[in-house]
Amino acid sequence: MSSPATPSQTAGPFVSIGTTWLAGANLADVPGPAAVEVTGTVTDGAGAPVTDAMLEFWQADSEGHFPPETADGWTGFARLFTDTEGRYRLVTVKPGPPRASLGAQVAAEAPHIAVSIFARGLLQRLVTRVYFPGEPANVADPALSALSPELQERLVAQAGATGASGRQVYHFDVHLQGERETVFFAPW
Amino acid sequence: MSAPDPPYDYPAYRSTQLRAPKMPLWPLPFGLADRYGPVFGPSQLGPGDNDLTQGHPGEPLGERVIVSGQALDSAGRPLRHQLVEIWQANAAGRYCHKMDRHPAPLDPNFTGAGRCLTDDEGRYRFVTIKPGAYPWQNHDKAFRPAHIHFSVFGTSFVERLVTQMYFPGDPLLDIDPIFQSIRDRRAAERLVSKYDTATTVHNWALGYIFDIVVGGRAATPPDA
Repeated sequence: MSSPATPSQTAGPFVSIGTTWLAGANLADVPGPAAVEVTGTVTDGAGAPVTDAMLEFWQADSEGHFPPETADGWTGFARLFTDTEGRYRLVTVKPGPPRASLGAQVAAEAPHIAVSIFARGLLQRLVTRVYFPGEPANVADPALSALSPELQERLVAQAGATGASGRQVYHFDVHLQGERETVFFAPW
Repeated sequence: MSAPDPPYDYPAYRSTQLRAPKMPLWPLPFGLADRYGPVFGPSQLGPGDNDLTQGHPGEPLGERVIVSGQALDSAGRPLRHQLVEIWQANAAGRYCHKMDRHPAPLDPNFTGAGRCLTDDEGRYRFVTIKPGAYPWQNHDKAFRPAHIHFSVFGTSFVERLVTQMYFPGDPLLDIDPIFQSIRDRRAAERLVSKYDTATTVHNWALGYIFDIVVGGRAATPPDA
């Protein structure tokens, strides 16, 4: 029996009221260089910062496993809000290539972080992915390799300087519209 | 069956104009990250988190309501032990948020945020007050119909849903661009809760039912 799906509606400008209780910028309970930072700015079609967005990150652990098949404490999930300049900053571990421990047959995927974006003006969430530079598995990743090289490049974070914390910093900006519009996926 | 979700680009809802992506969405090959989803547990929630009328020195003003329902996946299976979050305006139509400039009173006894985990049958229940309609800047005389925002986590990433629940008989539904952005009228009607005598509590609160079905291919068995 199949049931007709409930349609999506915008999270609206006041999404933080109901959702900040679960906000956290840190997925990695590890000090120093074992963690990485993923940071960037969300901008709209006029280049203005999007200051009222909620971002949700979902990723495998460093071994490529997802809850509930991960070690204690690894949730794989982080929820953040853009600040008054449209910026976000996630501290996490670099995910490993996703591994199928349930025996599911899927094509080899490259390490990535799935991102959902909710905001006023978005009648549905937007879904994109953060890939990492220099990963050999990027070449064969089913989602990434379907794109032109120019579009692929938009999904690969740029390695920045090592931060004061000793962590590797990756930059990943989200452009809702414009010449460098982010590649968004239909996750259904 | 066509997808029930509204388009991103819906000019009558002005905020979509600079935010809706212009490129078509790319298909996402169903990968492992999409098969799994975040797991939340009872240790993350407090006992009164599903009662928005509690937690303050006094009772909030407004019409007390009990909103409950069942959350299912697209195969009709209950979403067990999944996180449901809600947020809403108070009875006067004002959000407890610094960016809400509507000159209606805040209620010191109402924040407007609640959450719970669904039970073994996918059921959830909130006690709250009926939110008021409120003006917004989308067009002349624009008022949003009374609504409660819902956030639901399914068992996998593809089942994530954020939506809004409305109340039956609201005349603003016919002229609300956000509600009207759903082209399939029957799908839109699924966002309108139903008054329910069975869950109404005598001398205390009105009952409304709002069932939720999350979509997504995760409803397909992994080996199919």
